[in-house]
Amino acid sequence: MAEQIAAPTETVDRDREIMTVNVGPHHPATHGVLRLVVDLEGEMVRELRPVIGYVHTGIEKSCEDKSYWKVIPFVERMDYVSYFFQMEAYCGAVERLIGLEIPPRARYLRTLFLELNRIHSHLVWLGTTALDLGAISMLWYCFRERDKILDLFEMATGQRMHTRYFQVGGVIEDIPLGFEQKCRAFAEEMPIRVGQYEDLLDRNEVFLSRTKGVGVVPRERLLELGVTGPLLRAAGEPWDLRKAFDYLAYPEMDFKIPVGTVGDNYDRYRVRVAEMVESSRIVAQCLDALPEGPFIADDRKYVLPPRSELSTSMESLIHHFKLVTEGFRVDPGEVYYSIESPRGELGCFVLADGSAKPARVHFRDPSFVNLQAFRDMAIGTYVADMIASLGMLDPILGGVDR
Amino acid sequence: MLRGDLEGEDLERYVEERVVTTTFEKVQNWARANSIFPLTFGLACCAIEAPISLVTARYDLARFGAEALRASPRQADLIILSGRVSVKMAPVVRRLYDQMLEPKWVMAMGACSSSAGMFANYAVVQGADKFMPVDIYVPGCPPRPEAVLYGFTKLQRKIMGSPDQSWRQRYDAYGTEEWARGGPRSEPSPEAAAAYREARELTLA
Amino acid sequence: MPDAPGLELIRGEIERDHPAAVLATSFDRAQAALVVDPARVLDVLRWLKEQPGHRYDFLSSLHAADYLPAQPRFAVHYELINRERVERIRVKAMLEDAPPAGDAVGGTMSEEALATGRHGGSPAAAGPAGHDGPSLPSIDSCVELFPTAHAQEREAFDFFGIVFRGHPALTRILMPDDYVGWPQRRDFPIGGEPVTFTYSERRYG
Repeated sequence: MAEQIAAPTETVDRDREIMTVNVGPHHPATHGVLRLVVDLEGEMVRELRPVIGYVHTGIEKSCEDKSYWKVIPFVERMDYVSYFFQMEAYCGAVERLIGLEIPPRARYLRTLFLELNRIHSHLVWLGTTALDLGAISMLWYCFRERDKILDLFEMATGQRMHTRYFQVGGVIEDIPLGFEQKCRAFAEEMPIRVGQYEDLLDRNEVFLSRTKGVGVVPRERLLELGVTGPLLRAAGEPWDLRKAFDYLAYPEMDFKIPVGTVGDNYDRYRVRVAEMVESSRIVAQCLDALPEGPFIADDRKYVLPPRSELSTSMESLIHHFKLVTEGFRVDPGEVYYSIESPRGELGCFVLADGSAKPARVHFRDPSFVNLQAFRDMAIGTYVADMIASLGMLDPILGGVDR
Repeated sequence: MLRGDLEGEDLERYVEERVVTTTFEKVQNWARANSIFPLTFGLACCAIEAPISLVTARYDLARFGAEALRASPRQADLIILSGRVSVKMAPVVRRLYDQMLEPKWVMAMGACSSSAGMFANYAVVQGADKFMPVDIYVPGCPPRPEAVLYGFTKLQRKIMGSPDQSWRQRYDAYGTEEWARGGPRSEPSPEAAAAYREARELTLA
Repeated sequence: MPDAPGLELIRGEIERDHPAAVLATSFDRAQAALVVDPARVLDVLRWLKEQPGHRYDFLSSLHAADYLPAQPRFAVHYELINRERVERIRVKAMLEDAPPAGDAVGGTMSEEALATGRHGGSPAAAGPAGHDGPSLPSIDSCVELFPTAHAQEREAFDFFGIVFRGHPALTRILMPDDYVGWPQRRDFPIGGEPVTFTYSERRYG
């Protein structure tokens, strides 16, 4: 006969108890090693505490030990999907410290690569976030486009990721023959592809019901929390550092900034997808307007001389030797320079103490600050909505943890 | 067909042409190598190249049998340490490794997990082999997906019991410097040993 | 960016409302900075945020820097933006390193050390075990004015040991919770291990 299981004697309200779940540093929603300690009441999220630091690499401390140009590969590896932006923030800060003007061709080349990197970052975001939400085929399509961008990077710099292409004074070498055609073909094709992605997702009922009205944070609260980038623009605030502060070749480019209305996850998705199209337009305009001229500044005190000169000019040899062994010295001072990265305001603070090594390099990483908005986005929603919000928040833990 | 149609030598030759005999271990290793279940584990930049980019259409990992990426370490065979292992993350990685069931393999992908890469500082464990055994190291920062695939096939050959030999083993050879010094089994002179120790003190200071 | 005369005007206006709060101004490389007395930093920040005509209401970054060997050693930087006029201004608060707690003779303990003791010991106690020796430099937290400072002040505490009085949850954020030491101070060793080659070690060592 079946045994009767005795009824529980304690009077715990099983419907109301709070269960603390650890969404550990290793989880398949691969946005990096983020640990969330979540208090759940049933399926509703009641409290959320992100624990970070699992990929803290001590980059800022390592930078204090290296000469200024050796810092560039370190700094690239922070936010590892938008590496050109970190290079630009750092090189721009050092250029402002030493008062070095970069030639126009370098400005345009930098803008070109920054916008290609922005498209790359948004593609990685779209692929992985759609994967989290269940639209798995988006991953393959987005990474197909991403491979095309990486081919362009490899053509120009030799590396797919972490290219160390920007140097203090400009870019390390000019773009090769054939790059312009390939890039132009890519920039023409990209809006068509984005249209295809939108066809897949924009009217997909499951996607819409998972993202519309979910994760709304009011604009004022986002501003209080210091959130910038597509998250802020989706909430209706048209704040973009490319338009606000003039840097590189952006003042000469004609582009729009997509701004959302409601500030829910769907708006964040639309803003980023529209940004991809605008970035392709900027890429095409950069190629059209690319001026001739040197690709790096002339000042031999800070910039390596071209190799062809080393065999003829003694001075160049000495400059080269000094720059490679010791590096250039920077007068004492400090500067904070920020740019618009795909996730928001990426700022670089460099403190120089007169020696050949920076005394302090600090990055104001957008994901680190944007992560503070995650509690507001996820508390009071279901677990599944929390995952969707995390995807739409687009944190890159390399930048959060540095 | 085999019942009584052929006899003796004909039968033996017929069977030889059609049936493969081997040991159980070889078949087991062949099966293991060609159906590895990698763990979906990514730490930092290398994670964008593998596992994410590696399973996409251009560098398809599935054609080597590793179609099924598992999220749970209990179901996975291979953990690819893709990225820098920070001091806070090391116990977590070790716990994941301990949770995996035998047989399991570890690929240290990239410079950071092999030897801390460029990050010789307080926050990064100087090589994942400080706290867990590693089967194969793939250098690069980040290694190209093709490089990871090469490492993966090397691992497959290692699993199958015939690991790739280095040139030293294959040709029973030693390099020119060693030959100039007196051969691979020569002993250093006391002066050379003292000079090395002094140089080491200076550099490690 | 307010230009140099504009910066002096701002200083003059703050002087009227909060005398002796601004210690100096600095206009270097086209960036405007106000050096303020750390005890009055909240007054200045609130003035800059709420004063009509200025309204620097967006805290873009809060970070700390170590100016060793110069004294005062630490500085907390506040980067403020006015989004309508698109202007940036920086507020710097310089902090001395607090002297070790046991070394005070009579009343020579600095204001910061006293303030830390009065704070109820939360950061010093919640900080790493065994770190009862020197007390920590401290400054008021601006979390009520700018909630974005929550995580950024925790980071400054984690790396420099600067205590923010009034912060709701000042604990380590990026280093493991039981870590001892303030990693990004200039006198903290960079860490890592020296590189030696196993071949050479085996042969000569």
